[in-house]
Amino acid sequence: MSAQPEPAPVELPPLHTLSLFVNNKPGVLVRVSLAFARRGFNIESLVVSEGKDERFSRITITCRGDRATLDQMVRQLAKLVDVVHAIDHTGEEAIEIEIALIKLEGGVEQRTQIFQIVEHYKAKVVDFGHDSLVLQVQGSSEKIDAFVELLRPFGILELVRSGKLLMARGRQTT
Amino acid sequence: MQPKTPTGAEKLVQCLEREGVEYIFGLSGGAAMPIFDALVDSKIELVLVRHEQGATHMADGYARATGRPGVVLVTSGPGATNTVTGLLTALMDSAPIIVICGQTISPMLGKDAFQEADVTGITYPVVKHSYLVKEAAAIPRIVRESFHLATSGRPGPVLIDVPKDVSQGPCDAPFTEELDLPGYGVVGRADPRGIEAAAGLLARSRRPLLYVGHGAVISDAGKAVTTLAEKLRAPVVNTLLGKGAVDETHPLHLGMMGMHGTAYANKAVVDCDLIMSIGARWDDRVTGRVTEFCPTATKIHVDIDPAENGKIIVPDLFIEGDARLVIEDLIPLVEMLDTHEWLEQCNRWRRRYPLKYPRKGGLRAQHVLDRLHALTRGEAVLTTDVGQHQMWAAQFCLSRSNRHWISSGGAGTMGFGFPAAIGAQFARPDDEVWAIVGDGGFQMTQAELATAQIHRLPVKCLIINNNFLGMVRQWQELFYENRTSGVDLVGNPDFVKLAQAFGVQAWRIRRAGDVDRVLKQAHEYREGPCVVVAEVVKEDNVFPMIPAGAAVHEMLIEAPRHRLDKPEGST
Repeated sequence: MSAQPEPAPVELPPLHTLSLFVNNKPGVLVRVSLAFARRGFNIESLVVSEGKDERFSRITITCRGDRATLDQMVRQLAKLVDVVHAIDHTGEEAIEIEIALIKLEGGVEQRTQIFQIVEHYKAKVVDFGHDSLVLQVQGSSEKIDAFVELLRPFGILELVRSGKLLMARGRQTT
Repeated sequence: MQPKTPTGAEKLVQCLEREGVEYIFGLSGGAAMPIFDALVDSKIELVLVRHEQGATHMADGYARATGRPGVVLVTSGPGATNTVTGLLTALMDSAPIIVICGQTISPMLGKDAFQEADVTGITYPVVKHSYLVKEAAAIPRIVRESFHLATSGRPGPVLIDVPKDVSQGPCDAPFTEELDLPGYGVVGRADPRGIEAAAGLLARSRRPLLYVGHGAVISDAGKAVTTLAEKLRAPVVNTLLGKGAVDETHPLHLGMMGMHGTAYANKAVVDCDLIMSIGARWDDRVTGRVTEFCPTATKIHVDIDPAENGKIIVPDLFIEGDARLVIEDLIPLVEMLDTHEWLEQCNRWRRRYPLKYPRKGGLRAQHVLDRLHALTRGEAVLTTDVGQHQMWAAQFCLSRSNRHWISSGGAGTMGFGFPAAIGAQFARPDDEVWAIVGDGGFQMTQAELATAQIHRLPVKCLIINNNFLGMVRQWQELFYENRTSGVDLVGNPDFVKLAQAFGVQAWRIRRAGDVDRVLKQAHEYREGPCVVVAEVVKEDNVFPMIPAGAAVHEMLIEAPRHRLDKPEGST
């Protein structure tokens, strides 16, 4: 019996983080997401909320694609009447934070190991049940990826991630 | 006594009057009844169409013939969805139209009410911007913003969806000039550094080429571009939609470039050392295979839309600005170039590869269009539909001035030509307007014969009837071993009788010898609309041709003797 050859890892296009400053109006999110959908691009994560002025919202999007296509998409997004500005922050030293909630089976016999990981990642236990645990962790998306991978063997029941929050450093515009 | 508070519909119509609207092209229906009612007391003339698609193309023709926005009014649901093709057509060709839709009452939105359609949702991809009016007080601002958005920057369609309770309810909001568009800005004059850089690049060129598109028509840049061409002594080509910006009979003009452009225009594209796009977007009909498009030439791109920068071609220099203002600013910075050799070469190509067609073997569309051009001399407004007749018209009917050529380019919308001509004729009642259409496209909007007839519009419709969807048949012949599929229009009506059934004057041309006489009759007929049906040979092909996805230098100047591979390009 011969072993099945390992499938070659699929090389994903690079992940980009776009930040949009938009009118806080109905339909704006649809107009923005259509720019991705018409190219068959998937939005990996999306955060939308009011900014400091209630008339405007902030949208932070992560998605995969080649640089040239993304550049053109950013120009098309910026062209939307409801988009005040659109910036691709990829490669910038921006502040990036994500938060995640993880629900684990976490039987009693495994909890010591789990708590060691929680402590190492400065995570928190936010719900302590007799047959489940809910953990909260925050940090870079890469950190959360790693945290989730470590916990996978313990049986993840649910995972909810906020999507990436991003702010440019210093006086640069986000 | 207090004056009565107007309804939302009355306010809407008053706002349209303030914007200078003369005509509304529309079809009534339940959800739009308050607005149609308000039109009874308005000085705006309602043009009742027979299908909403026709209304959108009429508004589009009106807009392209004048630069002023065309306005459409339809009801909710199917009335509104029938405007989608017209919105796409206007978006792709940057035409300013405003489509106002009735909508079910606000409390019923999202509840599958009778004739409810999520029209803002359906149309997001085909509008420059759109509004769902939630409160009547917003009407004056929304109308003002819609006209500003439709006509400024890169023009385009705007849709306003008006629930019936909003149009029926009171609206005491005052008229406003204020715009609340923080995400929308329009660049006029370009950064002078870009203009200086362009002058520097031009100064080094020995084989320059000015490539003129619809942006030059929209910004009325033709005069400036002509001056620039003459000052540089640079040849000019234009796109399908750029026709008329610069006089195509000017000695420096090489005609239309691209898929069915003249051989000499395309040869100039291949051999130029600098190509400057003036309001053109390197469409795939123009570039052919992009990787082989002018690989060594310096590329300058002037466009009012920054999203066009690098979309297809990465230019050496992009100038964001209004085409006319950019060229006017550029003219003082340039000097005559040493293009003697280059112009000689272009003229040799012009003599060697003229447009031609067989003079024998039945009536040819090219002959009819050639004679139409001889009769109208570029002074008539011509609209076209989409297909072979469109390309032959573009080749043979040379455009001499701005806004005399109206054709669906980007969307390639069959059914556009005839209603667009009606809109253009309303806009320019004293001008001669001809729709040049094929038998396929004409049947898509032929019911508008009634619209033209009721208003006794002197619009003329030339039907090039080959009883085929000819362009597709041509491709099947060339690339699909002549396996025709879905192109034979057997069952076509007798178009002369059809026109007569609408009370419209009609003539038929069967022989080349009849062409001049019949065209002249139509030319002189001013009592109402008329139709000329040219029964042309069934199987004829448009050449030159650059197969989709082929490089410009692979152009077929005449019918190939060998079998061709299927094209790789989009369509």
